[in-house]
Amino acid sequence: MIDNFDTKTLLPVRSSQGLDSLKHQEKKDLVLVNLGPSHPASHGTLRAFLALDGETIAAAVTEIGYLHRGFEKDCEAHTFQQCIPYTDRLNYVSAIMNNVGFCKAVERMLRVEVPERAIYIRVITNELNRIIDHLVCAGANLVDIGALTNFWYSFNVREKVYNILEKLCGARLTSSYTRIGGLSRDVYPEFAAEVKAVLKEIQLGVNDVQKLVSNNRIFLDRTKDICVISKERAISYGWTGPTLRACGVEYDLRKSDPYYHYEDFKFDIPVGSVGDTYDRIFIRFYEIEESIHIIEQALGKMPKGPIITDDKRVALPPKQQTYGNIEGLMNHFKIIMHGICPEPGEIYDFTEAANGELGFYIVADGGKNPYRVKCRPPCFMNFAAFGEMIEGTMVADAVATLGSINIIAGELDR
Amino acid sequence: MESAILFEKLKEKFPQAIKGSTDRFGQLEIQLEAKAVPNVIAFLRNDSELGFNMLIDIVSIDYSAYPDWKEDRFGVVYLLKSLTLGHRAQLKVMVSESNPEIPTISHLYANANWLEREAFDQIGIRFEGHPNLKRILNHHEFVGHPLRKDYPITRRQVLSANESLMDEMTVRLKEKGWE
Amino acid sequence: MGVESLPILTTRKDAVLAWGQKNSLWPMPFGTACCAIEFMSVVSSVFDIARFGAELVRFSPRQADLLLVAGTVTFKQGPILKQIYEQMPDPKWVISMGVCASSGGFYNNYCTVQGIDQIIPVDVYISGCPPRPEAILEAIIKLQHKIENPHTTPVAQYKAKEPHFDF
Repeated sequence: MIDNFDTKTLLPVRSSQGLDSLKHQEKKDLVLVNLGPSHPASHGTLRAFLALDGETIAAAVTEIGYLHRGFEKDCEAHTFQQCIPYTDRLNYVSAIMNNVGFCKAVERMLRVEVPERAIYIRVITNELNRIIDHLVCAGANLVDIGALTNFWYSFNVREKVYNILEKLCGARLTSSYTRIGGLSRDVYPEFAAEVKAVLKEIQLGVNDVQKLVSNNRIFLDRTKDICVISKERAISYGWTGPTLRACGVEYDLRKSDPYYHYEDFKFDIPVGSVGDTYDRIFIRFYEIEESIHIIEQALGKMPKGPIITDDKRVALPPKQQTYGNIEGLMNHFKIIMHGICPEPGEIYDFTEAANGELGFYIVADGGKNPYRVKCRPPCFMNFAAFGEMIEGTMVADAVATLGSINIIAGELDR
Repeated sequence: MESAILFEKLKEKFPQAIKGSTDRFGQLEIQLEAKAVPNVIAFLRNDSELGFNMLIDIVSIDYSAYPDWKEDRFGVVYLLKSLTLGHRAQLKVMVSESNPEIPTISHLYANANWLEREAFDQIGIRFEGHPNLKRILNHHEFVGHPLRKDYPITRRQVLSANESLMDEMTVRLKEKGWE
Repeated sequence: MGVESLPILTTRKDAVLAWGQKNSLWPMPFGTACCAIEFMSVVSSVFDIARFGAELVRFSPRQADLLLVAGTVTFKQGPILKQIYEQMPDPKWVISMGVCASSGGFYNNYCTVQGIDQIIPVDVYISGCPPRPEAILEAIIKLQHKIENPHTTPVAQYKAKEPHFDF
């Protein structure tokens, strides 16, 4: 007869002290391990110092600064135009968005008008960069989860977009395409046709990836309800962008504080419901589709005209004038050697970058170099919450979550 | 709410703390005293008409090389945003070189912890009551505050060994009940 | 009896070892910054590093023989780079990818190491910011040539005990 037996004796014994709850066990059962800073899944140089209880993370402490390259101090040592290549390397997977963010702040400070054609081209290149940023994020995240094929699908599509960006700006990754007052050069003649063709490829690539993962049992088990963060906590951490929208907060700067005619484009903002890793990955696929709609509308509305302002204090004169007459030469010389000197003042301006609100706080003292440039990096706020998010989950979940919050070390550490 | 109306409301509630305002390209920057920072920001966060629930950034500035600057050396700008009501606020605090201290707001916003650590690391502003005021971007053997104007840009400092982070880990384990 | 029916092949030991090593370089991507993204493009199917036998990116230094430093190395990252290099077993080679790894790039400031050769010995330098994937493939080919001809192109020996910095 198997009644009157003590069920406690059948349960596995966790430690030599018997069946105490985990909280009262001695620290000798914890293993201390470093996730990073040289780690395949750490997407750059981050460090998460974990105390593991078996496979579960008991406590996590994070450290950043391994890619602190002195962006802000370098900006103080160079002229406003020379800061533009430094901004490229902030969020290097979507470089033009940083260029536009910086130039927009300086243009507002100088009170110069950017021509309409330049605005539409900036919107098109911004959205293309948003698409490639989301493709890197999703591709790398899926590799960490184990779905390697999606990496090839995403990166092949990125190569096609890179071909277009290379023909446009001269460089694949670090474009430095914008100038203060407009753009450095106009689009090439076949730009609109090539962009439309690549949008179809992007849609096919995203469909392929979704076909592979959306009903995949392993993917769903690894991402649904993993590392959930509540709306209030996300707002308290200053999250913006797709990670905040995945928590259910409908907040997009393109809709709430529109700039560059975003109020005229018809697009939706995808919003998640739970705030888990699944939401954070899938929201990027839907955002890619919305960006495709925006690019199609912008291509249709793009007017003809100049691509840089004709304000002589700010924009370099066309080469025919620089080489043709002495006034053009002097103008060019003055802008390059003496720089663009805004009036003394301070400004904070922001754009909706791929990760959220990318802001620049610029202090000018009337000289040719900015006095102080502070970049407000969206992924700094994302990573600040990471330590708290992964406690109580397993190491594999931490890796999946790290990819979903899209940390780009260049922007995190500046 | 327009930033001018916000300024009037704050001036009414905290008459000694609010020192003035300046227009920064459409956004009014409100100057306040260092000691009043947690109270003012708590009011901005908790008041239902204002509802500034997000801290966007903390910017620290060293004004020592600014032409014709007569005031205190360091400025700290708090940028706030209300997601529900849509408005923004910009508050500036000036602190002197001899006593660069501001009370912390890390109990109000979760990201203030790291943002204040960055202001401490780069410029050297101390935040009273901060749970963990350590360097965040530069390495732990770094001496000085690089974004100050008297720090030469090419003064490099070698790191011999990375820090073990056990100090932070023991605190965190204690918080999670593992002691 | 022709040569084809002989069951023995004679060659020099160095030639066989070099042939094996150069066609199976297993890179350890020490990717820090933007160059790591270009390295990811090289690994992807358009530029395909697999044709050089180098597609097995090994993130453990103990299983790799090519350390590919892609991106800026800061002083905070320096001791880690040294430790990873020392954990790799011989024979090992180092490719410094991009101007930041080769000389500090345009980050001439308080936190950037002005070239990883101040910490570890480097075999091939690639310039570019970031270098095109074709440049990385050319560097691999140059390294393969170096492996095959060690006496005419001597491989650097790690002699220094402490990292040497000159400012």
